[in-house]
Amino acid sequence: MAWDGLKKFVFRRKRDLPEGLWMKCDDCDALIYKKAVEERVKTCPQCNFHFPMTGPERLQLLLDPGSFQERWDDLTPADPLSFVAVTAYKDKLAEAQLQTGLRDAAIVGTGTLHSRPLVFGVTDSRFIMGSMGSVVGEKITRAAELAAAEKLPLIIVSGSGGGARMYEGCLSLMQMAKTSAAIARLHDAGGFFISILTHPTMAGVMASFAALGDIVIAEPKALIGFTGPRVIEQTIKQELPKGFQRAEFMLEHGFVDLILERQRMRDELAKILNYLP
Amino acid sequence: MAVAYLHDFEKPIAELEDEIANLEKLASRSPADLSANIQSLRERSLALKREIYAKLTPWQRVQVARDPNRPLFTDYLNALVEDFVELHGDRAYGDDKAIVTGFGRIGQQKVMIVGHKRGKTTAERVQCNFGSPHPEGYRKALLKMQLAEKCHVPVVCFINTAGAYPGIGAEERGQAQAIARNLFEMSRLRTPIVCLVIGEGGSGGALGIGVGDRLAILENAYFSVISPEGCAAILWKDGGKAPQAAQVLKLAPKDLLALGIVDEIVPEPVGGAHHAPEAATQLVKAAILRMLEELVTVPIPELVERRYARHRRIGRFLEGEAAKVYFESTIAQASARAQAKAVKEAGKEPAAAATNAPREAITPASAGPAAGAPPLVAGSPPATAVTSAPAVHAAPVPAAPVAPAASALPPNPPTTPNPPASAPAGAEPSTATKENAGAVSPGPVQSVQRHA
Repeated sequence: MAWDGLKKFVFRRKRDLPEGLWMKCDDCDALIYKKAVEERVKTCPQCNFHFPMTGPERLQLLLDPGSFQERWDDLTPADPLSFVAVTAYKDKLAEAQLQTGLRDAAIVGTGTLHSRPLVFGVTDSRFIMGSMGSVVGEKITRAAELAAAEKLPLIIVSGSGGGARMYEGCLSLMQMAKTSAAIARLHDAGGFFISILTHPTMAGVMASFAALGDIVIAEPKALIGFTGPRVIEQTIKQELPKGFQRAEFMLEHGFVDLILERQRMRDELAKILNYLP
Repeated sequence: MAVAYLHDFEKPIAELEDEIANLEKLASRSPADLSANIQSLRERSLALKREIYAKLTPWQRVQVARDPNRPLFTDYLNALVEDFVELHGDRAYGDDKAIVTGFGRIGQQKVMIVGHKRGKTTAERVQCNFGSPHPEGYRKALLKMQLAEKCHVPVVCFINTAGAYPGIGAEERGQAQAIARNLFEMSRLRTPIVCLVIGEGGSGGALGIGVGDRLAILENAYFSVISPEGCAAILWKDGGKAPQAAQVLKLAPKDLLALGIVDEIVPEPVGGAHHAPEAATQLVKAAILRMLEELVTVPIPELVERRYARHRRIGRFLEGEAAKVYFESTIAQASARAQAKAVKEAGKEPAAAATNAPREAITPASAGPAAGAPPLVAGSPPATAVTSAPAVHAAPVPAAPVAPAASALPPNPPTTPNPPASAPAGAEPSTATKENAGAVSPGPVQSVQRHA
């Protein structure tokens, strides 16, 4: 899907500074003090760009300490197509697993937010760009089914530049249908789904469960859309307007309910949850 | 039958057909009876077509799927739908020409037709963006499908698109949102839906009208998560490697059937639909009518339940004990490799010793699932995973006793392909390497999966 170019765009200008006290902002290019970034929960002190957070960091940010109980953490990606191109999918998986300590990009389970129990899921963009293969699709689906059965609200934090994971072919594509169907069921059961979009949420993830929240929340400046910006540029052969496909653009065009800064996200979510029955 | 043979692999057929044509010309002028010769050549041509088309590579099939002479949605519409009443517009923004919708009748069966229109002439093609819909196209499709639901009329979708349109307007109007909404609503639409890929099944743009009770695909069509060119551009940084990409993506009908993604392959006349459009139309008509016949008698709640189960079970992964064994062995290999790389980079070991040894250790296990990897889970979890204990792990469960791990690993890792479970897993302590991975709660999903 929109893998084309996205990798370059999203992770462009990788901090070309050695590990040290300073770093360069991915968005505004400003030289920023690392400690300040960490203090602001991984946001740029200059431009307020929200850097990607890992799944475990997100759990820590949003849920009550110690409340998260992970479910189905044994689900492990196979290599259903025996996909071998320049590198083998198998090796790519192992590399990502080694690097992140996760088995695949999604972490789902139950927890509480301001003591309110809910089903929570997050995709970790470090793991093959947070793309959705069979495991991510299955976990999101089970999370939605659990939320429906237990009558708990569902919150999923998405961060995927890759969309449907190419390495599992159409099995990945069909996870879009599967997760969307599960969200529809949750809806029919009277359940609630809050979808939180982080930088970047694109392609097959955005064109399925991530777009289907009863409430859709985005982090400031997050890239959100269907086709990757570089593919669009190549197709229409002109430069894209500034701010195209960013959270603010999506808000303006009516596809996002609200933009929430990371620091206030937990309290604001609690406020919203109070309105649910 | 005067359709040109455009593809390299069709060359032997083209030559034989030329020969037949020449002989026929000769026969018309000469008194000798050549009919026996012509007949035998025709038989040979047919056999040749059958042989060549049975052995098409995935990339060749993609080329056939894109053949300009191949029947398009509008051809099927004209040939097999009667009393067609086209219905336009999404009631919100406009009328996307890339998706055509309307009431029609196939045989005795009233249906709602939805299809990707690619256009026959250049002007038409430009008008409908070569069959790549904008959000209003998907919204139009949904609106008409909901109308069909209200009228108790089944929906038939003809899929043939390279993908949803990539453009500024499409993004501004919510391409992702429109597709997602269609997946959502189609999964619970209370009327039968039959989807047929007739040419290109390009990713989300195809799936946007592709969620139904049946997903069928023509013999020479394809359905893929990404175009072969796009995949090649990412993996090889070279769009010219599309043939290889087509191979690894498993986008051909037979692969899709084996993966449980499509329900059936609709045969085409020998040599492809483009060489016998009338025959192709009849085969398509028969397939659609048969699928509809199977579906219209199913009570609606059961139909919707089965549709959910149909999509619910798609996906292959490992779970429980099988997952644990597999995960530990792959992680051990990966860490050995990382170790070897680090050693090599540090220059502490002669390059040969550092690179050869781990490779040997990796090869046997990476030879494929048959070489010792546990069977894949398709949808429902294996028996080992279904434990009655609702043992949900608390998040701060101490990580598995990860043995002295990577640092203790000698530069030459163990030569056993699958190290015993007690061997250093090599991974960092994490939630993913818990020892008790096998004890999972089946969760509330079981009731759903039983329908699978």
